[in-house]
Amino acid sequence: MKTLIIAEHNQHALKAATLVTLGAAQQLGQPIDLLIAGHEISELSQDAATIAGIDRVLTWDHAMLAIPFSETLAPVIANLRSQYSHILLASSSFGKDLAPRIAALCGVNALSDVIEIISPNQYKRPIYAGNAIATVKNSASCQILTIRTSAFSAPTHEPTASLAQVHALSVELPHSPVRFVKQTLSESSRPELNSAEIIVSGGRAVGSEANFSVIYDLADKLGAAVGASRAAVDAGYIANDLQVGQTGQVVAPSLYLAVGISGAIQHLAGMKDSKVIVAINNDPEAPIFSVADYGLVADLFDAIPAMTARL
Amino acid sequence: MNTNHLKAIVAIKRVIDYNVKVRVKADLSDVDLSNTKMSMNPFCEIAVEEAVRLKEAGIVDDILVVSIGPKNCQEQIRSALALGADRGLQVECDVSASPLDVARILQKIQQEEGADIFLLGKQSIDTDNNQTGQMLAALLDCPQATCASRIQIEQNKAIVTREVDGGLLTVEMPLPVVITTDLRLNEPRFAALPKIMQAKRKPLAVKTLADLDIKLTTDIELISVSSPAHRQAGIMLNSVDELISTLRSDAQVQIPKHGEEA
Ligand SMILES: Cc1cc2nc3c(=O)[nH]c(=O)nc-3n(C[C@H](O)[C@H](O)[C@H](O)COP(=O)(O)OP(=O)(O)OC[C@H]3O[C@@H](n4cnc5c(N)ncnc54)[C@H](O)[C@@H]3O)c2cc1C
Ligand SMILES: Nc1ncnc2c1ncn2[C@@H]1O[C@H](COP(=O)(O)O)[C@@H](O)[C@H]1O
Repeated sequence: MKTLIIAEHNQHALKAATLVTLGAAQQLGQPIDLLIAGHEISELSQDAATIAGIDRVLTWDHAMLAIPFSETLAPVIANLRSQYSHILLASSSFGKDLAPRIAALCGVNALSDVIEIISPNQYKRPIYAGNAIATVKNSASCQILTIRTSAFSAPTHEPTASLAQVHALSVELPHSPVRFVKQTLSESSRPELNSAEIIVSGGRAVGSEANFSVIYDLADKLGAAVGASRAAVDAGYIANDLQVGQTGQVVAPSLYLAVGISGAIQHLAGMKDSKVIVAINNDPEAPIFSVADYGLVADLFDAIPAMTARL
Repeated sequence: MNTNHLKAIVAIKRVIDYNVKVRVKADLSDVDLSNTKMSMNPFCEIAVEEAVRLKEAGIVDDILVVSIGPKNCQEQIRSALALGADRGLQVECDVSASPLDVARILQKIQQEEGADIFLLGKQSIDTDNNQTGQMLAALLDCPQATCASRIQIEQNKAIVTREVDGGLLTVEMPLPVVITTDLRLNEPRFAALPKIMQAKRKPLAVKTLADLDIKLTTDIELISVSSPAHRQAGIMLNSVDELISTLRSDAQVQIPKHGEEA
């Protein structure tokens, strides 16, 4: 049987999360098709066809797919199910919105946030904010999985000369009741949270949106991405998509600096698989120190500018 | 059409309290929930709160809360009634229902209720699935708005701002609609004592899976549950200088030297 990956892209390039999903899919050891739905995607599809490990690129090009909604995509993908034993998506907000909708139309359950592929029907996934790891067996005829990208890596192969076949799907656009109103994207020149080598995260203690400049300055010195705790996001210091945790982004960079973050289980769920964790907090009893490789008890408004100045 | 007199269904789940850290059973069969504090899933509390606010705004006039689980999930239904929901329904189910099971049960309930707005949490904090709302919307063939941080109901349509990777996305969709709640949608209130007393007199129906003609799915089987790799507390450093030099020698990343940009 074959695996289908649903690509995520910005019409010009595949998102890093899709390449990581490809890395996970390769562990299933069967041919892989990549579906690219979007508008004006012919160049993108040609590029994707050179990625080693992809057998076929399926394209679905329509003006209405420039901003694709799950209501439109799910029925078309569900109709392809007889050709695939596995359909994989990244556990991004796109993948989490779409995968269950496809699964319900196929009449099967889906598995969210797979962190390990043991065999083509056994997987590990975190439950209870990562405080337990479930091993599950999936016996659905078509298995629908979302892949936690912090637990896998993208294939490192060079582009291949033997191009994958590009095949345009001929399907009618399902009627979508959803109308786009507006999008507010947080513009940032900093690295993306889910692919950054270093992340500097600030918590409630940072105190204000203006004070976050302390965090940004250090991040920019380190070439790091910026993250935050829920408390900092709720207080409006920083954008919602930068929340790290059980219900935000799950990250595993080489180095994670938690600044003025207490270390609630929901926050730890999003960063405890980082290679090296540094905690800076003025309370020596803060729970974050129990998972940190290196701790510094200090006022962040002294320590962080000092660190920035010394780098 | 007049947007008043809409019907809302809120699905709530009884889960481990979010402050409690679970332990895995010694035989690795599951987590140990004996003598654990249980509560309404925090995202479901947000869903109940939003329904009550829509009622207070005169948009919704009937709120049904549904919970699928063993008898003790009636405690969470009573809490929701105390917060302002009108009616409760417990669907008796002694084993853990999968997202598709819950979606199918809610679909059955919808056949009788004809609700205009479904409010669910975006995620249960025990199984961390983030699936049920999307599945329900698929089965009802209606639009879905997941991870909502703002909901506006007008002219028989919902305008919802969703938290997505990269920022916020606002969409508009006709009713009926399935909306799942994110953390920043609202801050749930606490129930006042008189409301808790009143809630005891509100109707709470019980149905069985047989009443609804539902057979549970079996495609996902839990094999075992283990503890995650334990992280040791590391070492405490005394100064920023010590931290920088330690990271330079230990961390596997490039820490820039003074004066050079990363
Ligand atoms: C359903 C649910 C989901 C959740 N999901 C998430 C999630 O995804 N991500 C998340 O982060 N949280 C999440 N939370 C919230 C979580 O429980 C905590 O409330 C939150 O992480 C606390 O953020 P914080 O550490 O910034 O704030 P606090 O807990 O208030 O900690 C602030 C810390 O800063 C320290 N401090 C104060 N002043 C200074 C100073 N001058 N210098 C240095 N340190 C200082 C204090 O000692 C304290 O340790 C969730 C909660 C629920 C109920
Ligand atoms: N057993 C249940 N009873 C009632 N509602 C549920 C149940 N399980 C899930 N839900 C609803 O579905 C949401 C998302 O759950 P999940 O898809 O399991 O993460 C929850 O916040 C509830 O609103």
